[in-house]
Amino acid sequence: MADQKASTSIEAVESGLAAQGYIASRQIATAVYLSQQIEKPILVEGPAGVGKTELAKAIAAWRGMKMIRLQCYEGLDEAKALYEWKYAKQLLYTQILKDKLGEVLEGAQTLHAALDQLHDFGDVFFSKEFVEPRPLLQALEQPGGCVLLIDEIDKSDAEFESLLLEILSDFQVTIPELGTVSAITPPTVILTSNSERDLGDALKRRCLHLHIGFPEQRLEERIVESRVPSISQTLRRQMVGFIHEIRTLDLKKLPSVSETIDWARVLVLLQAFELDTEIVKDTLNVLLKYEADIEAAAPQVTTFMAKAARSNVFG
Amino acid sequence: MRENLHRFFRAARGAGVHVSPAESIDAMRVVAQVGVSDRAILRDALLLTLAKSQDEKLALGDCFDLFFSQPEPRQEQVEAASHDTAQETDQSPSPGASSDAGGGQPPEGLGPLAQMLLSQDRNAIAAAIASAAGAASLSDIRYSTQRGIFSSRILDAMGLQRLRDDLDELTATNPSLAERLRAALDALREAVRDTVSQGLALYAREEAENLRNEILRNAPLARIERRQVAEMRALIRQIARRLRERYSKPRKRQRRGHLDVRRTLRRNAAWGGVPFLTAWKRKHRDRPKIVALCDVSGSVAQVSDFFLLLIHSLHEVVDDVRSFAFSSHLVEVSDILETKSPEEAMREIMSKVGFGSSDYGSALVGFEKEFMSTLTPQTTVIVLGDARSNNLDPRADILRRISERSKRLVWLNPEGRLAWGFGDSEMPRYATFCSVVRQCATAQQLERAVSDIVATYQ
Repeated sequence: MADQKASTSIEAVESGLAAQGYIASRQIATAVYLSQQIEKPILVEGPAGVGKTELAKAIAAWRGMKMIRLQCYEGLDEAKALYEWKYAKQLLYTQILKDKLGEVLEGAQTLHAALDQLHDFGDVFFSKEFVEPRPLLQALEQPGGCVLLIDEIDKSDAEFESLLLEILSDFQVTIPELGTVSAITPPTVILTSNSERDLGDALKRRCLHLHIGFPEQRLEERIVESRVPSISQTLRRQMVGFIHEIRTLDLKKLPSVSETIDWARVLVLLQAFELDTEIVKDTLNVLLKYEADIEAAAPQVTTFMAKAARSNVFG
Repeated sequence: MRENLHRFFRAARGAGVHVSPAESIDAMRVVAQVGVSDRAILRDALLLTLAKSQDEKLALGDCFDLFFSQPEPRQEQVEAASHDTAQETDQSPSPGASSDAGGGQPPEGLGPLAQMLLSQDRNAIAAAIASAAGAASLSDIRYSTQRGIFSSRILDAMGLQRLRDDLDELTATNPSLAERLRAALDALREAVRDTVSQGLALYAREEAENLRNEILRNAPLARIERRQVAEMRALIRQIARRLRERYSKPRKRQRRGHLDVRRTLRRNAAWGGVPFLTAWKRKHRDRPKIVALCDVSGSVAQVSDFFLLLIHSLHEVVDDVRSFAFSSHLVEVSDILETKSPEEAMREIMSKVGFGSSDYGSALVGFEKEFMSTLTPQTTVIVLGDARSNNLDPRADILRRISERSKRLVWLNPEGRLAWGFGDSEMPRYATFCSVVRQCATAQQLERAVSDIVATYQ
């Protein structure tokens, strides 16, 4: 019974994401479904441009939730990711307090009473009023829940990873002066990584690990279809087949899905109906981002096109 | 099902996937969500929760396929056996028994196992084997030599003794039935043997691998067999990864108590110089700069090979490595090692300087003349060699100057301490100028030596 529900729900995720223009493979849909069910973040790994960030956007759009994005970089710290005190405001209030000190302390007979009154006042300075919430804290404070995208976590420092652990496992953060802030609704957390460095085991343990590779030919055709609807069917087949051939080469940077989509747009703009050697050679720079790669691929263009055409006939 | 999952976790550990208790709890929760009827979804779900990298995903995928494909072959085999017996019963004079594939009415008074085999209930047999395997704790199997004992344990647990008695009795009373039972028993033995082999493949891999690595770690690098070279390279790479993980941790550490006045003033300019935010001075840790001089003559060559491979796969940990190889004259080999694959690089190095008789004196002269300027007070110089200079002038004075210019001078000698100083070994003379001299003959010693060198910079 539960099994029936699971597979239909996974299909629901697939179609929901498809409605937002994100064609998800079965694995991706399963990951999204499970992360929702057991409230765990998803760690998405894979080469650049296969739609890791796009996945988070699609989930947010599908569920109609706000997306909060935290772009990681070297040197990112608590003050920029979590919260910061509004120093200027605190300073301003201190100035005001200085003038009004007499009034505040009025009526206090003993030193003890004066101190008590001051303490009450002092606590105000470290209250929610003066906290500037940064993305992580914002995500916890969304009443309707949200999609929190922590992008390119591998670019941040190892210390920042440790900072994330509390949020990822319990959806709460501890601010020393205020106490623990728990999420009103647990956000859907997506972390992406290009595997530039190995992430810590503690972080990985708290996440579902999803690897998105280059899609299969059929899937990629569907992706192109949904993103560039104006492209003709033959051209779509040909170009996707061609790109799959290119990916078999040993290149510095293989063309990924985003390049495929760009190329499809370019071909539509050039009003191409079919792939021919001329047009491929002219637009190869859309696909390949290094001069050396273009030089390596250019002599193969004709062979690849023939291969792609053949596989289309039989496939 | 829970039993099965636990066994799957053990198998996953055997396949090299680290499954912690917390992860197994997660996996349990996930399985409770998705159910077990759709195998593709179950596979995806387990891969999502248990595997933490692409390599682990592949390993776990294979492990999953092996583990959950278990029931199928066993059924086919029993089926094949049942075909045989069916044919035999066709030829037997009693047609009534062959009417349904199992020979419906097994005689009274037989043990449960005999009845089960004769009734040809494949599911029941498969289930019985599985539960007997559980009773014999098949998941504890570690070595291939244990196969026999586990097979017999499983068969015993299924009631082989009783079956034998039945068989003896039947041979006297009903020979054709006894024949059928014997064939079924053979099929059963086969099935059990397959189960045990599968168990071995699933559960014993980790142990076997550990054992092999342990032996390899302590094998002398110089006398390693050709077929083990590839394995040793893999091991060295593993060591390099471990060292990287240990030492590539953050290099900045705040030094509490020393105020960085300039940065503090700048950061607090916004509120009139009132120091709300303090900035502390940071201390930068240097990463090691290494200059390696490797003897590539004769027996030392193999050790040098592994050493260079290790040093050059420590990019994240080590700032700058320059390697030099010599037997009689010295050349720089850093570029070759950076650009080529280990095998090619070593071949090229050997063709340039290898196969000579070693002359430490002239190699040191060559180094002083051309490369002395690469040494800075942050550099660790590592010399790898047996210090056997064929009775030529050792030029220990140059080594002294090298030692004075550098942070440390480490000598790694593949020979045992006992041999130092005997024959043409100049080790004692060189040793006076070295910060550390250590023996370095096995992968383990190599790891310790490099680990110590890197640790002095932390």
